[in-house]
Amino acid sequence: MTRIKFDDQFFETEPSETVLQTLLRHNMQVPYGCRAGVCQSCLMRCLDETPVPATSQMGLKASQQKENYFLPCICLSENDMSVILPHADDVWLDGRVVDKYALSSNVMLLKIQSKEPLAFFAGQFVNLRNKAGVTRSYSIATIPNASHTLIFHIRILPHGQFSRWVADEVAIGMSLNFSQAQGSCHYIEGKSEQPLLLIGTGTGLAPLYGIIRDALENHHHSGDIHLFHGSRDATGLYFESKLHDMAKNHTNFHYTPCVSGENSDQTIYMKGRANQIALEKFSQLNGWRVYLCGQPDMVLQTKKMAYLQGASLKDIYADAFLS
Amino acid sequence: MSEILNTANATLFEQLGGEGAVNAAVDIFYRKVLADQRINHFFDGVDMDKQAAKQKAFLTMAFGGPANYSGKDMREGHAKLVQMGLNDSHFDAVIENLAATLSELGVSAELIGQVAAIAQTTRADVLGK
Repeated sequence: MTRIKFDDQFFETEPSETVLQTLLRHNMQVPYGCRAGVCQSCLMRCLDETPVPATSQMGLKASQQKENYFLPCICLSENDMSVILPHADDVWLDGRVVDKYALSSNVMLLKIQSKEPLAFFAGQFVNLRNKAGVTRSYSIATIPNASHTLIFHIRILPHGQFSRWVADEVAIGMSLNFSQAQGSCHYIEGKSEQPLLLIGTGTGLAPLYGIIRDALENHHHSGDIHLFHGSRDATGLYFESKLHDMAKNHTNFHYTPCVSGENSDQTIYMKGRANQIALEKFSQLNGWRVYLCGQPDMVLQTKKMAYLQGASLKDIYADAFLS
Repeated sequence: MSEILNTANATLFEQLGGEGAVNAAVDIFYRKVLADQRINHFFDGVDMDKQAAKQKAFLTMAFGGPANYSGKDMREGHAKLVQMGLNDSHFDAVIENLAATLSELGVSAELIGQVAAIAQTTRADVLGK
C-alpha cells in the first residue's frame, strides 16, 4: 500500500489499484478517457525525485518522461507519490541553438532545433526559458519543417533580462527549453480567395512572416495578401529584400514598409504609421481576414477600426506583445 | 411534407429567424454602437470579443429567445458605467441602434416594436434605478 498526495490531501491505494482509480474512488476531479494508457487525457506529473514506473510513461515524449510525467490510468505505484495535473506551461521541450545573427541594429534572429518533432502553426508563440529560469514569449517566424527548427525574431532591449542574454551570452550549440506552441493567431485553411490584410510593428513581423509563407507555400492562397510593416525609423525594419523578392515571385503578395518618424527616404518607405496607412488604403474590409501583431495599443485600436470598416470579429486575429 | 408556419403561434424568436438572425444582427448592431459618438466612449478599452458575446446574449433576450440574464447581473454589469454618467439618453441611443439594425435586416416595424419593448424592460436595471 502506498500513499498518493494530490491537491494537498493524501489517499491510500488499494492493492492492484491504479493511481487514477485511487483518485476517482476519493471523488477527485481529474480528467481521464481511455483508462488504458492510450489517449493521455489523464496525464499527470509526479513531483518526487524517484522516477515513476517506466510502464506508466508509455508513449510520452522523452522530455515529458524526463520530467516525471506519467499516465495515472496505467500506473501501479511502487512508492508514495506526490502528483499534480499538468498545465500547458509546465511541459518544457528541449532544443539547441543552431543559428543566431543580427537582422537589424536591435533585432536578432535566433534559430532553435527541437530534439523531437513538434506540432505548431506558423504565427503561434512559445515560451522560451533560459538556464536562469527567465521566461519570455516569442512568436514563431517560420513554417513547420522537416528539420524541426523554430525561428524567432528577438528585439534586444537595453535592459531586457532575456533579450540581453540572447545578445550577449547565447552561443550556437547551447541548449534551451521551450513550451508547446500556443495561440490562435495563425493561418486557417479554406477560403483561399479571401483577401488578407496583415499589419505589424517591429518584431510583430515575425508571426506575420510565418503566416504569409504558410498561406503562399503550403496553402496556395489565391486572394490578395497585403503586408504593412511599420517602425518609427528605417532601422527598425528588417527582411525588406526578402519581402520585396517574395512580392516579385508571388503576384498576389504586396509589401508596404512604413516609417512614421522624420527623415525617412520616401522613395523606399511610405511615410506614416503602418496601421493608419493600411486602413486608409483599404477603407472597406467586408469579407477580409485581418492579422495584427505588435504593440498592444496599435493592435487594440486597429482591431476596432478594422471591425468598424467592415471586417467580422471572427476574421480578425490579433497578437499583442508586451515589450 | 411542407408545414405552414403559423405566425400566430410562432414565438417572436422564431419569427425573427432564431440564432442565425441574432448572429447577423450582432455584427451590425455592435458596429453601430461603436461608431455612435453619443455612447462609444463607454466601450473604450473593452475586450471586443467578450463584448460581442455580451451583445449576443442581450440581442437573444431582446429577440424573445432563451435568456440567462437576471436583473441583478444587469445592475452589477452596468454599475461602473452609471458612475461614469450612463443615463436615459444613452439607453435611448442603444435602442435606436437596435431598431436601425433590425430595419436594415428587413424586419417589419411591428416586430421591431416587440423587440424594443422587451429591451425596454431592462432600462431600470441597466441604469441602476
